[in-house]
Formats: sequence, structure tokens, C-alpha cells
Amino acid sequence: MIQIQTEETVTISVDGKSINVPKGLNVIEAMNSVGKEKEVPHYCYHPKLSIAGNCRMCLVEIGTPMRNRETGEAILDEEGAPKIGWIPKPVIGCSTIISEGMHVRTKSPTVLESRNGVTEFLLINHPLDCPICDQAGECRLQEFSAEHGRGYSRFIEDKNVKPKRTRLGPRVTLDDERCILCSRCIRFGQEIVKDDVLGFVDRGSYSTLTCFPGKELSNNYSLNTVDICPVGALTSTDFRFKMRVWFLKRTHSVCTESSVGSNTEIWSREGKIYRITPRRNDAVNDTWMTDSGRGLYKSIESEDRLKAYTMDGLTTDIDSAIQSARALIDLGGVGVLGSAFSSVEEQFLLKNIVDHTKAQFEMVQHLGDGDGLLVSEDRTPNLRGALVNELLNTLPTKCPNLLIKGIEDGVIKTLLVFNEDLSEIGVPLELLKKSVNIIYFGSLRNNTSDQAKIVFPTLSVFEKEGTFVNQNFILQKFNKAVPGPAGLVSDIEVLNRLLLGANDQPGFTHIADLWTKIAESNELLKGISWEKITSEGLMLKQEKFGALNFPETKNLKYKPVAELQAT
Amino acid sequence: MAKTKVMERKPLTFSEKTFIPQIASGLATTFGNMFKKTVTLQYPEERPVIPENYRGIPTLVKDPKGRVKCVSCQLCEFVCPPKAIRINPSEIDGEEDPERAHIEKEPATFDINMLRCIYCGLCQEVCPEEAIFLQDDFSLSGYTREEMVYGKDKLLELGGTLPDRHFKWDKKKLAEESNSGHH
Amino acid sequence: MDFLSYLLPFIYALSMIGVFMTLCAYSVLAERKICSFIQGRVGPNRARIPIIGQIPVLGNILTRLGLFHPAADGLKFLFKEEITPGHVRLTYYYLAPIIALAPALTTMVVLPFGRYVDASGAVQPLVLANIDVGILFILAISSLGVYGIVLAGWASNSKYPFLGAIRSTAQMISYELAMGLSILPVFLWAAAPGSDYGLSLFGVVQSQQGLWLILWQPISALIFLVAIFAETNRLPFDMAESETDLVGGFHTEYGAFKFGIFFVAEYAHIIMGSSLFVLLFLGGWNFLPGLADPWPAGIIGIVMSALWFLLKVCGMIFFFIWVRWSLPRFRYDQVMHLGWKILLPLAIANFVIYIFVIALIDKFIN
Repeated sequence: MIQIQTEETVTISVDGKSINVPKGLNVIEAMNSVGKEKEVPHYCYHPKLSIAGNCRMCLVEIGTPMRNRETGEAILDEEGAPKIGWIPKPVIGCSTIISEGMHVRTKSPTVLESRNGVTEFLLINHPLDCPICDQAGECRLQEFSAEHGRGYSRFIEDKNVKPKRTRLGPRVTLDDERCILCSRCIRFGQEIVKDDVLGFVDRGSYSTLTCFPGKELSNNYSLNTVDICPVGALTSTDFRFKMRVWFLKRTHSVCTESSVGSNTEIWSREGKIYRITPRRNDAVNDTWMTDSGRGLYKSIESEDRLKAYTMDGLTTDIDSAIQSARALIDLGGVGVLGSAFSSVEEQFLLKNIVDHTKAQFEMVQHLGDGDGLLVSEDRTPNLRGALVNELLNTLPTKCPNLLIKGIEDGVIKTLLVFNEDLSEIGVPLELLKKSVNIIYFGSLRNNTSDQAKIVFPTLSVFEKEGTFVNQNFILQKFNKAVPGPAGLVSDIEVLNRLLLGANDQPGFTHIADLWTKIAESNELLKGISWEKITSEGLMLKQEKFGALNFPETKNLKYKPVAELQAT
Repeated sequence: MAKTKVMERKPLTFSEKTFIPQIASGLATTFGNMFKKTVTLQYPEERPVIPENYRGIPTLVKDPKGRVKCVSCQLCEFVCPPKAIRINPSEIDGEEDPERAHIEKEPATFDINMLRCIYCGLCQEVCPEEAIFLQDDFSLSGYTREEMVYGKDKLLELGGTLPDRHFKWDKKKLAEESNSGHH
Repeated sequence: MDFLSYLLPFIYALSMIGVFMTLCAYSVLAERKICSFIQGRVGPNRARIPIIGQIPVLGNILTRLGLFHPAADGLKFLFKEEITPGHVRLTYYYLAPIIALAPALTTMVVLPFGRYVDASGAVQPLVLANIDVGILFILAISSLGVYGIVLAGWASNSKYPFLGAIRSTAQMISYELAMGLSILPVFLWAAAPGSDYGLSLFGVVQSQQGLWLILWQPISALIFLVAIFAETNRLPFDMAESETDLVGGFHTEYGAFKFGIFFVAEYAHIIMGSSLFVLLFLGGWNFLPGLADPWPAGIIGIVMSALWFLLKVCGMIFFFIWVRWSLPRFRYDQVMHLGWKILLPLAIANFVIYIFVIALIDKFIN
């Protein structure tokens, strides 16, 4: 694993051109920082895994200035320039750390010949499965073969036969013939998940990737092996043969599984999501993601999906739904059950509604077990967003006791519920049947939506844009990948129209307009605009919340405050 | 600005100015044409000779053993300029069809919208399995737009069987069974 | 007898209209056939009607010749859906095709198409109304045809028909002048002082018993021919329709039978123009230049003279079609240039010269 320790830079010469790169990088990373044209092809090297150096694809020529052994002075050539002592054979770039004055040749005949040779060897036993291989289109071997392959094979013997269509685990299928033995998946299991189930057996051309006897690749991170596999050996059983990757549109998004907020890429075609993969963000999730987070998109096609505005169980249009909701809110006695699944923007508008109606506000906490990696204890994506929006001052409890009391006392006559199922968080249904009008905002049908007087179906995180604040107070943006059900308007528009009734404020046409309002009124978000939120996210100041006892324990990128102070 | 060359034009003579000689010669030409042989092909009764490599409608072909060749790699769908092709890939059920289980993939549906097709032949050129060919059929008709979207069965029926010397998948199966690849 | 003398003109008129309209229909067929021959095609050869079309060999031949196509075309126009666009001025819109066709049919009243020898031994024309001012009548009435086009263009309330109509009007005025001037020498020639024919067309034909006028007055004939092309809106002067720039010109908004009437009117004008040219310059029913008429006496002679005249007209129709498929269309400014700057001065010069020539001939030869 390459870790940059210092801010220092060193000067190296790449193909005769001097370049400054951070100290401590290996040749592959240094060339990546130079640009795409100097890219060193590689298979086994992965920036977040240890270096194995077994694919031999990243061969480059390395040289250092020659020095006189006795005096230590630089030896100069006829023109007065330092003479370079080239290592007589090419060396692998992944395990060569750059040093001051180092010379690298990435395009010399020797280097190209080496790559061509390695490619030919790799292709000898690689099956011609590209037409049926799911990796086609994002296959490193395919890409580099186009550049360094011969175009035909000199190998006239039969190719190796190895097991195909092997089930490695519930979510991963292995095709051993395609494997180029780079060992990325093995290292991932050993180093990241600490679940050592994969390994090579046999030697030479018999060498085969397999699961250890009696074990299977079933941990919650197994699909990351599919992502890091440079060829089509490991494929996702779920995505297998569903769609070719070149048809899929990629949208940057954020995982909503827990407060970790893994950065994701949503792959969709014509309004249908086909898969979700992690997006590299070294401050949040490195290059990994949970298997459970990848399946979350399936809920948007669920049968329980709410697809129409309803009033008393009857379909209505949005205008009359908003009108009726406004009428109920204007009567007074409003309670609001907010949600940590709502985006920062929705919470901001909700905060305004709460302020204007003097409603009683409460939220609940959703806790689960953390796995110390990318699943934290807080199973909501945006609890800290509510804190930032000042909807909350303290951490919420598991059960909305204040609201229950308000309903029992008859103070609360109208209850706005966001995403929560009241019956699951300890609000007795009989209580609701009594005298409370429920206005429900959520995307899936549940007991509460059945009870609700007015239902506003909301869009899922894949169908709208917005931001979440994750466990480290990083403001992260998610984009719209697919259109929502026909006829639904975005959640912020619904909330804004509700708010407009509460107090005549000018509306907005785009989320960027809303953000200018947010930035004006919120201390922590001052100076931020929608465009300024990069795909890496923005770190917010969190000193204000230091006293809060967040439920998260140590995981991949999070340390509890107590631990931080201890170090 | 580039240098321009001005062409000298010969001034017209008087007879040329009247246009009458030109008109007369034009009339003579057309009159002569009236007695030449006609070039009309009486289409429905007479059919043109379809040359080899003619690009008619795209069809799916079977190999000489009557098996579907397409493995639904979707390259044709990708390359198709008017987006006329729609493929729904699926896995071959190994238990139902053990003969072809090793091919793994086949199209569940394969639709070509013949109203969109522009007969460019890129699908044929790109196909790695030589499964799609533009054959000699060029006259299509239908009463509805839906009718003009040809499905997999219709395309296979139109395509028929073409000679194939490769038998790529058979060789692969043979190697798998004999395990001959392992020295 | 009184009753019969009233009835006969009706019968004559109806049968003449019958012949005329049939001729129109078959000139459409001729147009299609000739153009396809010129272009190396076969032309219409598919329509077949029951009974006649099923006669073993003859039926096939007739079908191949396309002889049933005019009937099919007519039926098609009749049974097509009559579409009236919503933006038209209804009265004028419906009136326009009638006005386009009526003048062409009216002019044939004074058109002599043969000759017979009456009881007194004098040669008389075969004509519905033998009036002294035949040519004036024809010029006056046939020019009304352009009103049909103008009305169609204006009533359609749409830009292409409107442009077509405007062009047609301007063109009509431009060429009417040259045409009128070009036939003056003809009548100077035919209606010499002392002759009793005046402006009658019969007199012109009679004066060509020796040599045809096209030989005496080639320039007049040429100007007249060009002007007739322009008057009938035929290529290369079909500025009013001009598909390439005006879609369909004045009849863009017309369909079905109304369009059919315009279509027939165009051919009616062609036939009228051809007949006129034959009468004025090609000797009418006179046999050949310099030869005495071989028509025998009696009914056979009458029929033969009429048929000979018809043959010449057909020849002219063929010429019209032939020119259409040989020449490209003029540009509009070229049309105007040709009409005003070339044909009109030429016609005036021609007229003046012939005044002197005829005066000199009268003075010294007679």
C-alpha cells in the first residue's frame, strides 16, 4: 500500500522531461500523477492493497545519475549533463519507489517489447470469451491487449481448461480460465476484510484460484473482489449477463446504508438501475463498498412503492394534496417526525416549516451493529445533517416520546411523518387512529402510510439530487441517476410549496437556488454553493458537536471523539 | 485570400444567343431516346439479380447444426447507428440444454425495428460470432409499427442456416471434455 | 323541323365536348407514355378493365398500351376524398377550377375543324358557330382562363398558390402582347382588302391552300408558338406550378376532382393552342403545302378533312409534350426578359416589316 508520509516532492525525469511528484510514490502512481499518456499498465497493483508484483505488466526502465564511487561526484557526459546509469533490465514499476533524480522510460522499445511479451503470455491461456464476458468493456486485459497485443495468436496448442461458472459465494461467480492470477482478490480478503477464504492451488499452468475447502466467499464485501478483478474471472452473480457496461450511464451518488456514506457510482440505462459500484474517496470509503449497500436500489422497483398522491386513500393531484395539507397545518397543533434519511435540503425546508408553524419536532435513531469497516452503528445517512440544520440539538432517541405524549394529550392534531413507520418505532397504532391526521412523506407503503390522511410519495435517493452529511461531517452530494415514477415532483419542491403557504417566501427553480438560501441562513454552511460541493465532498466544522456522544465506534475512516482525544 | 483565376468565357454567337439550335439538338436527343430499349424492370413479376454482399435486412443465422449462434454480446446493439436493435440477454439454462451450457449466454429477446434499420451493415461487421447477416431480403411490409419490429424467432426464420467452418464453441466443448489443454 | 333545328346544335355541341374531353384524357395518357419513352421507361401499363381487358390477345395489348389508364385516373379523381382546407375562401375556391376549364371549352365553339362543300358549291367550314371575329373571340375567351388560376391562388389563402397565381398573371400579360402582335401579320395576309373573311379563322385556312403560313411567316409562327407555350403554362414556362420552388403552385391546396379539373383544363388549353397553331400556320385541314387537297366530294371528304386536321393537332400535342420533356424550366426573370425584351420587340418589328412587305406585294404583284 502506498502511503504518502510527507508533503515533500522529488524531481524525476520521465522520458526526458523533468517533473515534480510527491515523495514516496511508486512509479505507477507517479506516472498517474503525470497524466494519462504516461500511464503504466498494470494488473496486480492496486492502490489500496499490498504490492505483490506478480503480473509483470508494469515493467519500465529505471536509471539514476551515475556517481564516482570514490569522490561521490556526479559523472558527466561529453555535453556536461549528468550521465545516467540505466538498470540493464526493465524493472516493475509498482514496487519501485521513486527517488530524487530518477529517470524513467515509459515508452522505450525495451519497455514496449516487455509489455508486448507479458501480454502475449497472459493471453496464451486466456479464453476468447469476450462476447459473453461481463467484464468486456471495463476489462484491463482487453484494454491493454488492444494496445500491446499482437492481434493474432502464435499459440497453436490447446488452451488450458479450468473450471468455469464456479459459485464462490452467494454473490460471486468465478471463471478460472479467465483468471490471470494477479491475486488482488486474495490480498483484499486478507488485508481489508480479514476474511481469508481465497487462494491459489497447484503450480505452473495448473495454478488455479479457489476457495479454501469448506469455506465460501460470503462476507459483506465479497463484491469488491469483482470490482478489483482486472479481468472477468470474478463476476457478480446478480449483474451476470444483465447488461453490457458500455450501455450504462454512470451517476455519482452516496450510499444510504449507514452514516459512513460510501461514495458510489450508479450504473443505469434508460431509467433502470443495473448495479451500484464504489467510487474512490480516500476520506470516506477508499475504493470499497458493502454488498448490502449495492442492493439498495432494488427497493425503487418494489411493489410497495408509492406512486401517486393520495388523500384518504384516493388518488388525487399534487395541487389539491398540498392545499389540503396546508389547510390541516394552518389549523395548528402540528407535530413533525423528521427523518435522518432526508437530504440536507429537505431538512432545511422542514426546519423552516417547523419554525413557521411552531410545530413540535422530533426524530428517531436507527441503530444497528457496525462491522468496523464501512457499516457504522448509525444506520441513517444524514443524522448529522439534522444537527447541522439545527433541527436537533441532541441525539435523538429510539422512540418519539414527546410526540406520543402530545397526541395522548390532544395537543397534536396533525402529524407530519417523514419516511418512518410509526408502528415500528413504538407508536401504538390505536393512538393514531384516535384523533390525529397523519400527513405521510415516504417512498414505500407501510402501516403509517395506510393510516395517513394525505400521502406525498417521495423520490428515492437515486431519483433526486441533494446532499448528505456523513459520520465525519463531510458534506457529500448525490445526483439524480434515473427519473422517478411518472407524475411525482421532487421532494424539495413539495416541501417548498408547503412552506410557501406557511409564509410567503419566494420560491426557487433549481437546487442551486435553494443552496444560496441555505448558505445565507446557516452558520456552518456559509459560503457553500451547490456547484462548490465537489464529488469528494466538503469537510464541515464539527467542533460544535464535540460534546455529543455519537453511536459510531471505530471503523475504516472514523474514530470516536474519545479515541481521537486519547491519541 | 486565395488567388482566384478568372476564366475567359467565349462570347456567344448569334445563333447560340437565340438558343434555337440548342433546343433543336435537345429535341433531337429526346426524340432519339424514344426509340431506345426501355430499362424498366417489371418489379413484382421480374426480380433483380441480388448481387453477393448485398445488404438487405439484418437476420440472425444458425450454424450448420441448427443452433442459434448469437450469444447476445450486444455489440450490434451498441454499434447500430439508428438504435434499431434491442437485445435482452439471458443465461442458457444448463439443465435444460446441456449441449450448449458452455456457451453460457444467449439472447432472451432480440428485436430489430425494421422501420429504424438503415441497412448499414455495421451489425454484421461487428458481430464476433458471425451470427447476424444482412441477407437478400429487401421488401418488407406490415400493417402496424409493432409488426415491423422483428423478434428473435422471425429473424432466425428469415436468416436460416449459413455455412460456418469455425465451430468455435464445439472445439471449446471438446477441449473441456478431453481436458487436452492440460499438457 | 323547327324542333330539330333547335336540337341539332345541342347534339353537335355535346358530341364535340365528348370528342374534346376524350382527347384531353388521352393527351394525359400521351404525356405519360411519351415521357416514359423519352426516359427509357415503359409508362402506364397496368390498368385493365373487365370484359375488354380480358379479351385474350387484344386485352393484353390494350393494357400494355395503357389505354385504360385515363378511365382509371378519372375514377380515382372522382372517388378520392374531397378535402377542403379550413383556411380557404370557399366560394372562390370552388369557382376557380370551373373558371379554369370553362374558357377552354368555350373557345372550341368557333374552332373550325373541317370543311364541306355546301349545296351552292361553296366551301364552308365545319364549325359550331362560324363567326367573323373568330380569332378575337378565342383570344378574348381563352385569356379568361388565367382568372381561374388567379382565383385558385388567392382563394387558397396560402403562400405558394398565391405566388403561383401572381406569376401566372404577370406571365399572361407579358405574352398576350407578343401573341397578339404576332398574329396580326397573319390576318393582314389572309384578310387582304377585298376578301370577305375578315378575322374569321376559316379565311386564314382558306388562304393557305397554296403554301402554309409557317413558310411565309416563320417569325410570326415562332413567336406565336412560344407565346402559346407560355399561355398554356407548359414547360418551359410553367412558372405557375413550378414544383421545385412552389410545391404545386396555384393548385397546391386542391385535391381530388377539383385538382382533376385543373389538370384537364391544362390539357384543354394545350389542345386549343395546338388547334389554333394548326389553323393559323399549318394550313388547317389543307393537305400538304403546294398540293391540292385530295379530299373526295361528299361525306368521305368531310370526314377525311376533319381527320387530317385532327392528325395535325395530335402532332402539335406531341410537340408540346416532347418539348416539355426536353427543356428545363426558365427562371422567372428569364421568362420576363424573354417576353418583354425579346418577343415583344421582335413581334413589333415583324409586324412592321410585314406591313411593308404586304403593301409592296399588293402594289406591285397584284
